[in-house]
Amino acid sequence: MNRRRFIVTGLAGTAASCARSKSPWRFFSLREARTVEAICAHIIPRDQDPGAVEAGVVVFMDRQLTGFYKPLQKAYRQGIATIDRESIHRAGRVFADLPAAPQLEVLRRIERNPDLRPFFDLLVAHAMQGFYGDPRHGGNLERASWKMLGVASPPVRGRA
Amino acid sequence: MNRVNAVVIGAGAAGGIVAKELAEAGLSVVLLERGKWYTAFDCRKDDLRNQRTSVLGNAFGPDDERNPRVAVDLKGRAHLVRASGPGYSNNAACVGGGTQSYGAMAWRYMERDFRMRSTYGQVAGSTLEDWPISYTDLEPYYEKAEWEIGVSGDDSENPFRAPRHKPLPMPPLAPNREFEILYPAAKRLGLHPFHIPMLRNSVPYNGRGPCMRCRWCVGFACEVNAKGGTQNTVIPKALTTGNCELRTECMTRQILTDGRGRATGVEYFDAHDRLHQQDADLVVVSSAAVESARLLLNSKSTLFPHGLGNRYDWVGRNFQGHSYTGAFGIMPADIYDDLGPGASIAVCDYNHGNAGLAGGAMLANEFIRLPYQFVGMLPADVPKWGQAHKNFMRSFYRRAIAVQGPTQEMPMFSARVEVDTAVHDYWGIPVPRLSGDKHPHTIEIGAFAAAKAEAWLKEAGAVRTWKRLAGPGFTGGQHQAGTCRMGDDPKTSVVNRYCQAHEIDNLFVIDGSVHVTNGGFNPALTIMANAYRASDYLVKGWKGTHYR
Repeated sequence: MNRRRFIVTGLAGTAASCARSKSPWRFFSLREARTVEAICAHIIPRDQDPGAVEAGVVVFMDRQLTGFYKPLQKAYRQGIATIDRESIHRAGRVFADLPAAPQLEVLRRIERNPDLRPFFDLLVAHAMQGFYGDPRHGGNLERASWKMLGVASPPVRGRA
Repeated sequence: MNRVNAVVIGAGAAGGIVAKELAEAGLSVVLLERGKWYTAFDCRKDDLRNQRTSVLGNAFGPDDERNPRVAVDLKGRAHLVRASGPGYSNNAACVGGGTQSYGAMAWRYMERDFRMRSTYGQVAGSTLEDWPISYTDLEPYYEKAEWEIGVSGDDSENPFRAPRHKPLPMPPLAPNREFEILYPAAKRLGLHPFHIPMLRNSVPYNGRGPCMRCRWCVGFACEVNAKGGTQNTVIPKALTTGNCELRTECMTRQILTDGRGRATGVEYFDAHDRLHQQDADLVVVSSAAVESARLLLNSKSTLFPHGLGNRYDWVGRNFQGHSYTGAFGIMPADIYDDLGPGASIAVCDYNHGNAGLAGGAMLANEFIRLPYQFVGMLPADVPKWGQAHKNFMRSFYRRAIAVQGPTQEMPMFSARVEVDTAVHDYWGIPVPRLSGDKHPHTIEIGAFAAAKAEAWLKEAGAVRTWKRLAGPGFTGGQHQAGTCRMGDDPKTSVVNRYCQAHEIDNLFVIDGSVHVTNGGFNPALTIMANAYRASDYLVKGWKGTHYR
């Protein structure tokens, strides 16, 4: 396990330094984060209020994937790769490089596919947690969703 | 370890009371608890990690790593389940047990809840039965629980309540906006609404302050100790007697018996995984329906090859809890007032006497729905994600209201807790295996209650409503009960009316496991009252030969 991780890390390190872009994320590679960000932008889109991306949902996922959601690392790695593959297969580009309309089409297709649905459901669940849950876990930046809903923040009553 | 008079396994709703009653009577007591003792410091208001929403883990135990269980789905497939995951039927593992983080509704069951079989006759496919005791037997102990732990509320306007000698010790909290709207609506429907009795201080009481009306109530520990559980009432009292020792993070492996078939003590692992033997004159199991049954089943010997109290295969049977059925509504304007706990008004009009139904449910407005919780409550036709989902949350979160209640269950012999000898926990102890389904009549009763809840919301002015119905699987969780049934006949029950194992004089099971039926109410106060009653019997029967 350790040896493999060392080798994988080594390879990833080489690849990353070639691209001159070391990932700032704890778990995601730059490319994975880009894909997840693009998906989250559809799950909770930005409008007059911040969406999932602006509220830091990807930070929430990234942080939990090295914490409580560690057992889901493999599911994420494979799931993200599959969505990008599906995207290339259907529309010729990785998910994040597509315009919004075909992105949505890819997601609807994934939702109807019983093999891909579980991972998408997981992303939806985690996006909701990151967006509506407590900011201490990395999402809901500046209590964005609570402000949107009109729920007072608790600076005095109760412990934050 | 020094021999003691009594070892109590589980410091929850019942165990805390038993420990205190025995210690005050002069018996030496060891109270074993597998979880920790949380303090105000641990009262994080974390909406993703609490007793109700455990997507980031259980706030009050048990932990995922050491405590797996096996749950069998309706297709008969067995799944290994995590303690914080779905299907586990978790009841908190900590000092105070469920009472550390519960919503704290303090219901007395109604008279007919103890006479279900006599009232409704046999229900095909169900083990519906009368309790061996009546409401009258329990009444003085309900009163004791209400006054010792502390209950606020006012049920004087509830004509269906069973007779009581003393009123509740504290007045209700001031009404919130939902109460103001639901009260006249119920009156217009000819119902009898009233203030929910709660194990929560509305005024200073017994050395603890009143509720500060925060949003984080059910599922959270109360940082101002306004919510009364055994951890901030009877357990400290037990300890101040000097006769009770609380040992936390101690996992009991088995109950020991001698060649004459008497219990002699227990074996447990301490916080550092060292195995100890604690000898005792009495063994009291108060670990809640799943773990109590598991412990009895895991305590095998030559005399008891199938586990203790299990000669007739009743241990672990009749596993039940409550499914919550009711309705959600959208009001024409904001109704959210941020005034905890939220639940404030109830009716008992539908608990009994419903045409064609063997029982019913209490209906009450729901505790405050935290934003993330509300995500899981939206109507089925709202998309699960995307702009429409966000719009719905934004438009209706502050306009949403819910009325629901715990459905009276028809006990099922097939709904059960077993031990899975192929799966062991961290300490090498066989884990509980949960299986079974729900009686179809329970689902019918739930549908009836949901329709009534919906009608109430409509009368209150809801512009849109949707129901919450019961699913087909077994229920457990915080209201878990039934697995060590109390009864007069040793062939069809596990313990007698005093919660004493039929086969073993000095072994008692005192918790929700002994409930024959579980009422259409939250069971905490009944568990507490019964613990006081059983303790009374224990103390009166104590010969005084082993006092230290």
